[in-house]
Amino acid sequence: MDIVSLLIQTLNAVQYGLVLFLVASGLTLIFGIMRIINLAHGSFYMIGAYMAFGLSSGITETLPAMIAVGLILSFFIGFVLEWVFYAFLYQREHLEQVLLTYGLILVFEELRSILFGNDVLGVPVPEVFAGSIPLTDTLSYPVYRIFISVACLIMAGLLYYLIRHTRLGMMIRAGSHDRTMVQALGININLLFRIVFAIGFMLAAFSGMISAPMTSVSPGMGNQVLIISFVVVVIGGIGSVGGAMVAAMVIAFADVFGKVLVPAYAGMFVYLVMALVLLWRPEGIFRKG
Amino acid sequence: MARFFRTFPLIAALAVLLVFPMFGQIFYTELVAKTLILAIFAMSLDLLVGYTGLVSFGHAAYFGIAAYTVALLTPAGAVNSIWWILPVSVLAAALAALVIGVFVLRTKGIYFIMVTLAFAQMAFFLFHDTDLGGGSDGIFLNSKPTAHLFGHEILTFENPTHIYYLVLALTIFVYLSLRWLLKTSFGHILIGIRSNEHRMVAMGYNTFNYKLAIFTMAGGLAGLAGFLQVLLTGFVTPEMLAWHQSGNVLLVVILGGIGTLIGPVLGAFTFVALQEFAQGLVDRWQLVMGIFVILVVFALPGGLAAIPARVRRRLVKGAQHD
Amino acid sequence: MTERHREVFLEARSLSRHFGGLAANSNVSVTLRRGEIHALLGPNGAGKSTFINMLSGDLPPSSGTILLKGEDVSGLPAHRRSRIGIGRSFQRTNIFPTFSVQENCVLAAQSRQQQPGKIFRPPLHNQAVVDRSHEVMALTGLAHCGSQIAGTLSHGEQRQLEIAMVLATNPIVLLLDEPLAGMGADESSRMVDLLARLRRDHAILLVEHDMDAVFALADVITVLVNGELLESGPPAQIKASPAVRSAYLGEDEEIDHV
Repeated sequence: MDIVSLLIQTLNAVQYGLVLFLVASGLTLIFGIMRIINLAHGSFYMIGAYMAFGLSSGITETLPAMIAVGLILSFFIGFVLEWVFYAFLYQREHLEQVLLTYGLILVFEELRSILFGNDVLGVPVPEVFAGSIPLTDTLSYPVYRIFISVACLIMAGLLYYLIRHTRLGMMIRAGSHDRTMVQALGININLLFRIVFAIGFMLAAFSGMISAPMTSVSPGMGNQVLIISFVVVVIGGIGSVGGAMVAAMVIAFADVFGKVLVPAYAGMFVYLVMALVLLWRPEGIFRKG
Repeated sequence: MARFFRTFPLIAALAVLLVFPMFGQIFYTELVAKTLILAIFAMSLDLLVGYTGLVSFGHAAYFGIAAYTVALLTPAGAVNSIWWILPVSVLAAALAALVIGVFVLRTKGIYFIMVTLAFAQMAFFLFHDTDLGGGSDGIFLNSKPTAHLFGHEILTFENPTHIYYLVLALTIFVYLSLRWLLKTSFGHILIGIRSNEHRMVAMGYNTFNYKLAIFTMAGGLAGLAGFLQVLLTGFVTPEMLAWHQSGNVLLVVILGGIGTLIGPVLGAFTFVALQEFAQGLVDRWQLVMGIFVILVVFALPGGLAAIPARVRRRLVKGAQHD
Repeated sequence: MTERHREVFLEARSLSRHFGGLAANSNVSVTLRRGEIHALLGPNGAGKSTFINMLSGDLPPSSGTILLKGEDVSGLPAHRRSRIGIGRSFQRTNIFPTFSVQENCVLAAQSRQQQPGKIFRPPLHNQAVVDRSHEVMALTGLAHCGSQIAGTLSHGEQRQLEIAMVLATNPIVLLLDEPLAGMGADESSRMVDLLARLRRDHAILLVEHDMDAVFALADVITVLVNGELLESGPPAQIKASPAVRSAYLGEDEEIDHV
């Protein structure tokens, strides 16, 4: 592999890792704070992607408006979902959480099929980012991919700021560390859960939204992301957002370079990495305590 | 008397199943065979979920590995005897479960759920992405196994009715074997692990070994179901290992009621009936299924197998009020 | 018989356990002898549970050694420690609520008979195990309710069953974490009688908040404060110790009563 393709693959891996991180960070927060295993998290990603398709085909043309509408809409959907379904799951066993969220996947997939059909749909790349940067005579790198990375980085930065430097973040940190403490502090735990859930939903939907022009939108896209996000959460350690970042990068590099180096076994490669990490640390790299 | 009321429905159901192929169309014979295969598959998972407290979300892997073993060991022109291809495929699944079990049983709770899923995905991609088993399309079985006894062909698996009776016999065999197993000390140890693993360790049980043993057995039994599935359909696809398959069988177990043996059987019949019914009614059967599942979580903790007890309790309460 | 002559069953030598930077136990040494009840006292958070967990193998010590009859067992996992004779009971009742009383005891006794030939048989067909279950039920006063479902027992009976299950595993060392917790006066006095009887053949470590019971039963008392050993000796010495009194200042009424 020459330097230029190495650079391209590295950029791809970073971009993929950042997207994975955003999806997985929501998942790990929901696990860490509410102890809920949310199989429908991949569907949230899918909903984001279809939202991008819906918004781009007619409703709004400008990118900032689209993103703003998408974020607000997804926060709202997440908020309501938690209220209607997930709030009932906190006292239930993992098994029932699996069952209910699995049922939600079926419903979401079918609603998607009713609203958008089962074809693979393309979402146009916003015109501002339509070009590519030429690297050599034959190789170039699409600007939109760079935009994805930058947008994800901004989101990750905002998330970091939120968790480290705000009152809400303090509650989230306290909650993932020791839930009884949060209650002892007199915090409205129901509202906290609802907000965290909505943020998780929003992050997943945002990732799906901005990835849509790159990956196209298709049935089953959520499931693929879900399972890889699981792997990221497991490797990073449940509840650890920092761990999710490291793990997302590990997985993204394993996946991207796996596809280049051992194409036939690329699908397995990621899971192999996970198995090795778990042999070394059964509770993930960044398990607290 | 109570014993009679408990066993009578079982005997009656068995009688119906015995004569069923004589009256039904071939389509329904195959459908019931498919349901019984799902019942075996679900019983095997219930050993983990219901009896040992291990929520495996990757049980389809062992189902599929056995199926692929049959396909891969039947090259064109070869004819296999069921007497060795059945045990070999079951052992292959059990071996896979043993190896994977060593890894996944180091984890607990949510980690276990996700890690079993991840390993099943690994197996899925092994068959999906490589040429090993025909890639994403899967492969047709070159020929179905044969069953000879003392030089006579006792069953021909081109005939769905013969498969039906083999499946029925094995379902009964598995049910009775597991009923026996769960009443032994081994079964009590599993239930002890589910109820309070820490205490079991404190009493001197190396619980890892028991969990690995049951994980391996459950994998082998799932393999038996996978074997029967190939026997029935004559082809294998990576979809047999897909996570939907793991999700569905978990659904069947929970639907029927975990921690009972009859639950997974009831769950299998309900699941298939619902699927057929919903598919016939609307083309959006997944929507019906999804809503049904959500309702079950909200309204029916304990699954279908718990309904008689709930009804009884309500009746008793009603009688007290009178 | 003076304590010098009694056989040492378990010896903990300067055990320490750190959680992060926090020392839950530092350099705690305790010797448990056959025929003695050794009580472990200390205010909440003094590190009593951590200490028991290290002896039972649930927590690996950060440093120090544990000897059972002179052999180093520090590296053994919990289930191995149980097999060689260290039995523990739990502060929160840890029975199997869906099993009958006898099935609970049988399950405990069966842990000494884990050969495949004995595991794959109905539990009540193993005569040695059934006999053992009858013995411990009789010993703990549960003989009359062997077929009762454990979850339906009264709290006191559940505590008795907890002890019966430990005994069914034939331990030589008993680590008892608040066996009297939540018991009524009658139940308490029965449990105290039982512990007094068990003393003869076992070395017992008793963590207990009921000071009347502790001073009635204990041959030796060790007081932990903030994870460190404050004082260890016969009850009279502990009662007279100014250090113990000042450490217990908040909770000292209980000691004064005795």
